[in-house]
Amino acid sequence: MFKILQKTVSTGTVTANYPAEPAKISERFRGRPSFDFEKWKDARPAAEVCPTGAISLSDKGDSRIVTVDYGLCVFCGLCAEASSDQAVRITQEFELATPDRRSLVLTADYTLNADRTHHTLRKVDRRLVNAETDVENLGQKARETIQKILGRSLAIREVDAGSCNGCELEIVALNNPVHDIERFGIHFVASPRHADMLLVTGPVTRNMELALLKTHGAMAEPKVVVAVGACGISGGIFGENYASLGSVDKVLPVDVYIPGCPPRPQALLHGILLAVGRLAERLHNDRAG
Amino acid sequence: MMTQSMSAATSAIAMFEALRQKLGQQVQSVRADRVDEVYILLADADIRPITEHLRGEFGARLVTVFAEDRRSVEGVFFNYYVFEQKGSAQYLIVQAPVRSDTLEFPSLSAELPAVNWQEREIQDWFGLMAVGHPNPRRVALHDNWPDVYPLRKDFPIETVLPPFEGERHIYRPALGEGVFQVPVGPVHAGIIEPGHFNFAVAGEPILYLQLRMFYAHKGTEKLFEKLPIHKAVFLAESISGDSSFSHGTAFCQAIERAAGIEVPLRGLVMRSILLELERLCNHVADIGAIATDVGFVIANAHASRLKETLVTLNEQMTGSRLLRGMVCVGGVRRGWDQAQLDALRITLDSFAREFQDLISLIDRSESVRDRLEQTGVLRPDKARDLGIVGVGGRASGVDLDVRRDHPYATYSRYSFRVPVYQAGDVWHRMQVRIDEVNESIGIIRNAIEDGLQREFRVPVPAIPPDRCALSAVEGWRGEIIHWIRTGPDNLLERCKIKDPSLNNWPALVEAVQGNIIADFPVINKSFNLSYSGTDR
Repeated sequence: MFKILQKTVSTGTVTANYPAEPAKISERFRGRPSFDFEKWKDARPAAEVCPTGAISLSDKGDSRIVTVDYGLCVFCGLCAEASSDQAVRITQEFELATPDRRSLVLTADYTLNADRTHHTLRKVDRRLVNAETDVENLGQKARETIQKILGRSLAIREVDAGSCNGCELEIVALNNPVHDIERFGIHFVASPRHADMLLVTGPVTRNMELALLKTHGAMAEPKVVVAVGACGISGGIFGENYASLGSVDKVLPVDVYIPGCPPRPQALLHGILLAVGRLAERLHNDRAG
Repeated sequence: MMTQSMSAATSAIAMFEALRQKLGQQVQSVRADRVDEVYILLADADIRPITEHLRGEFGARLVTVFAEDRRSVEGVFFNYYVFEQKGSAQYLIVQAPVRSDTLEFPSLSAELPAVNWQEREIQDWFGLMAVGHPNPRRVALHDNWPDVYPLRKDFPIETVLPPFEGERHIYRPALGEGVFQVPVGPVHAGIIEPGHFNFAVAGEPILYLQLRMFYAHKGTEKLFEKLPIHKAVFLAESISGDSSFSHGTAFCQAIERAAGIEVPLRGLVMRSILLELERLCNHVADIGAIATDVGFVIANAHASRLKETLVTLNEQMTGSRLLRGMVCVGGVRRGWDQAQLDALRITLDSFAREFQDLISLIDRSESVRDRLEQTGVLRPDKARDLGIVGVGGRASGVDLDVRRDHPYATYSRYSFRVPVYQAGDVWHRMQVRIDEVNESIGIIRNAIEDGLQREFRVPVPAIPPDRCALSAVEGWRGEIIHWIRTGPDNLLERCKIKDPSLNNWPALVEAVQGNIIADFPVINKSFNLSYSGTDR
C-alpha cells in the first residue's frame, strides 16, 4: 500500500488540459494535408499515390476538377511527397470533426495545358470550416451542458462495426490518465440503454450491420451518433465491397464525423465535445417542442 | 548471392531425390525460390503421406494452410501447406493441386486440430471441400450468407449480396440438468472488437465455449488483389491496427523477397527498432489490462500512462502514434535525425525504470497473484496440438519465435532470450510479456548503436509478375505470415494473411474450461487476440 501511494505521489499529475490549452503534439505528427490550389501545377502525382482515393481527378476536355475528401484521408503524407511543387503541405491540424459530411470535401476547378498540367485555377469550393471555432472553450461549454442538462454525466456506448482496432486503441487512450475523458463527466458504458451517445468505428461490415442497428435501437432518445475514423466516415481503405457497407451513415443518421486513421485522442475528444453540443440542442428542442 | 542460390538449387535436387524415394511419383518437383523457401509440388491433393513423412521424420510443424484459385492459368486450385523444422530457417511449402471438377481435398484436422479453422476457411472462401473434416460447419462466413466463394477469381469484389436471411449461427446445443447457455456479443461491454461467445455453464464454471468470429470480415484478402502494391502497404497496416508495423513489415518483406530487393542495413535496423517499440506498447498495455480485470486498477493507470509515453515516442519517430506510414517496399520512408534518436534513448531509459516500478507493484500484490495463478490454464500438450503460437504458446511450453527461428530485419545481429514457461496460466502469459519487454529494451539499445549509414531505402523497380514469396514476422502477438503471388502491372494475384490470432482462438476455448465465467475477461485479455486480424 505504501509503495502504491509513494508511486502515485512521485508521479504527480499527468493529465493534459486539452482543449483549454493547446494539445502538446510532436512536430512530426501528420495532420491535415493543406493544398495551395493556386500554386498546384499538377494534381496527378498526388492522386496517383493516394491509397484511398481521397484525392481524385475528373478531366473533361481541357478542364479538370480535383476533389479532396478528408473523410477518406488516412494521413499518410504521400501526397505531399509526390507533389514536387510544394503545393501540398502536411500540417499539424487535427481538429477536423464536423457535423457536416460535405464540409470535408474540397473541389478545385482547373483549365489544363496541353501536357495535362494545370493552366489556371478557375474556382475553389471550400466548405471546410470548423463547426466550432472556439475550441478552447468547447470543454467548458460541454462541462456546463453535462452539469446542467445531462444530470452531471454523459454516457457513451462504443461499437466496433468492423474496424481494424486502431480506432479502439485511441478511444481506450481517452480513458488513460493523460487524456482522462472523465474530467468532463463523460464515461463509457456497457449497455446501450444507459447511453446518450453512440461512437461507431469501422466501415460497417455486412456481419455487423444488424448488431449496430439493434444497439442504436436500444438507446433511449435523445441520442447522438458519432462516426469515427476514415472507415466510419467513408469506408476508408476498405471502401464498399461484398463484405463492407462502406460507412456508418449508410446505416444510421450521423451527427458528427471525426476524421483520422485513427483520430488521435484529442481529435476524438474534440469531436465528442462537439457532439455534446448537438445533444444539448436536441434536448432543448425536445423540451421546447 | 550466386553461391547461395547455387547451394539452394543443389539442396533442392537432393531433397527431390530423397522425397521421390520415400513417396514415389506423387512428388512432382522441388524448387528453391530462395535459400529459406522451398516449394514441393505434388501430383494430387493428397497431402497425408508427405505430412506424415515431414512430421515423423523431421518433426516438422505445420505453420499454415491456404488456397489459391489458379483455374484460369493452370486449370486447378492449389492448396499450400507451409512447414517448418526445428533448428532450420527454411520453410517447406507443399503445393497440392485441387481438381476443379471434384473440388475435394483430404482434411488433416482430425490428426492436426491446428488447421481446423484454416481448412474450413478454404471451404468457405473457395468452395473446396475438406473431406473427412470432423466439424465442417462454416467458420469464415456466417450461416446466413448465401453460397458464394469470395476468393474465387470469378467472384467480383464489388458484388452486392442480397439481405441475409435465416439463423446467423447454428450452435451445438449444450444439454444436461442445470446447464444453460449464456450468449455474449458481438457488441461487448468494453471498448473491444466484435465477436460472439456462447458459454455453456453449470452454475458458475464454464463447461464449453463456442466462438463465432468473422464479424469484422471486410474482404481484406480479396482487396489485396485489387490495390497497386504501394497502396496495399496501407491495407496491410490496417489488418490489425495494434500490429500496424508488424503487418506492414511482413507485407513489404514479401514484396522485397519476390522482387529480389535488398533493403539497406539502416532500413532494416530501423524496422527492428520499430517492431520492438510496437511490442513494448502492446505488452505494457496488456499487463495493465490484465491487472484491471482482477481489480488492480492503479497498476493500469501507470501502465496506460507508460503506454502513452511510448505512443508519443512513436509519433516522434514516425509521425503516427500507431507507427503507420513509415514502412515501405525497399526500406522505410524517412530517416531519423539526432533529436529523434535522443528522444528514443531518453524515453526508453525512463520507460525501463518506470516499468520496473510497475512490475514491482504487481509483484507485491498477493491478491493479483492469487487471481492469476492457475487461472485459464492451457496445458502444453494442448497448446502443441492446437498449434498455438506467440505469447500464448510460449507460456505453455511452445518454444517458437520467428525472430530467432527465421531471422529477418536485423535480429540475427542481436542476442536476446525467448522466454518459455510450462504453467500456461494467466500469470505466466503475463510473465512472458514482462520478460519480453525487458528483452525488447535490450534489442532496441543494441540496435540504436547499429548500422548508422545514411541510406535507409532503395528505389523500387517494377515488380516482376508471377513470383511467389513467403514472409514471416514475429508480431507482438506471435507469428505473422504473409504469402503473395505477384501479378502484372504492380498488382497482386493473391495475398494470404495469417495473423497469430487465427491459430490462437481455440486456445481460449481450451483455457476457459472449468473456470468461472467471471474470470473469462481476464483469460481473454491474457491472450488478447485480434478480431480484425482473424476476420480480415
